[in-house]
Amino acid sequence: MKNILGKKHGMTRVFSEEGIVEPVSVLEVGPCVVTQIKTEQKHGYQAIQIGYLAANRLNAPEAGHLNRASLVRHLREFKVTDLGDSQVGQIIDVGMFQPGDFVDITGISKGKGFAGGMKRHNFRGGPKTHGQSDRARAPGSVGAGTTPGRVFKGTPMAGHMGSQTITASNLKVIMVDIERNLILVKGSVPGSKNTILSIKESKKGNKGS
Amino acid sequence: MDLNSIALVERNEKIQEFSPGDTVKVTIRIREGERERLQAFQGDVIRTRGNGVGSTFTVRRVSYGVGVERTFAYYSPTLDAVDLVRHGKVRRARLYYLRDRYGKSARIKEDRRRSRR
Repeated sequence: MKNILGKKHGMTRVFSEEGIVEPVSVLEVGPCVVTQIKTEQKHGYQAIQIGYLAANRLNAPEAGHLNRASLVRHLREFKVTDLGDSQVGQIIDVGMFQPGDFVDITGISKGKGFAGGMKRHNFRGGPKTHGQSDRARAPGSVGAGTTPGRVFKGTPMAGHMGSQTITASNLKVIMVDIERNLILVKGSVPGSKNTILSIKESKKGNKGS
Repeated sequence: MDLNSIALVERNEKIQEFSPGDTVKVTIRIREGERERLQAFQGDVIRTRGNGVGSTFTVRRVSYGVGVERTFAYYSPTLDAVDLVRHGKVRRARLYYLRDRYGKSARIKEDRRRSRR
């Protein structure tokens, strides 16, 4: 299993040899270190915990947890079916990815704050003309009348949007730069610049385009 | 980090420097099955936009009385060459006003001072 952490740098485009433009996200990935291995017997499930970026300040419990590996700032856990030969302290880097691989990328999306129905749920808003005022971005009706006499749970309304954990799946790896620890994947990934991202081998199998 | 340094954009030496208002001859590589051939498109540059890998420019010509505009990606590998034919004297960066004109009024004056250099 290929699991690693990285951060988003931004987007650009690359040309294929035939001149086709591919939109790509540039990610700085690893090097990461395996900080803990969780086993069925001891923890009830199998996972490897991976750390990324050197830490300059850690409290005592954090430092104690990491003392056998290197001191890192960000930790993420990946459930795995096969632990393979992973060991605590093992270094992992971009080298395990190749152009043409497919990956799933998880991160926290950009926060949009308290957003209205048009932005959050693609409501159409009200008419601009025919004597309307104050209705252009209004949500409209949220339900029927006396029956049921209430608004159903889960009715789409305005509210907090973004800052969610989002997975972009089946992204094609376009380029790998081992020297600069970069990978380029086709399409967009969650979050803003410097968002910490979990990158793993595609779950759906490499079927995407 | 500069994103343009990542995708390794190489300047195509066969692209001459040009700016909006100039007349250019753009040569592109066209693939027809196995064969590759060159096709030229000559006209006035009416817009350049962007910088780095994403930059493009638009060339307008009037062909058999019909206005034709093509937008080319500056760093596209299919772009073989851009030859400068004539320097034009224009006062703005986006020459969209040419679309509303035809015939004599759609001409661009030559910038002889820049041509001499």
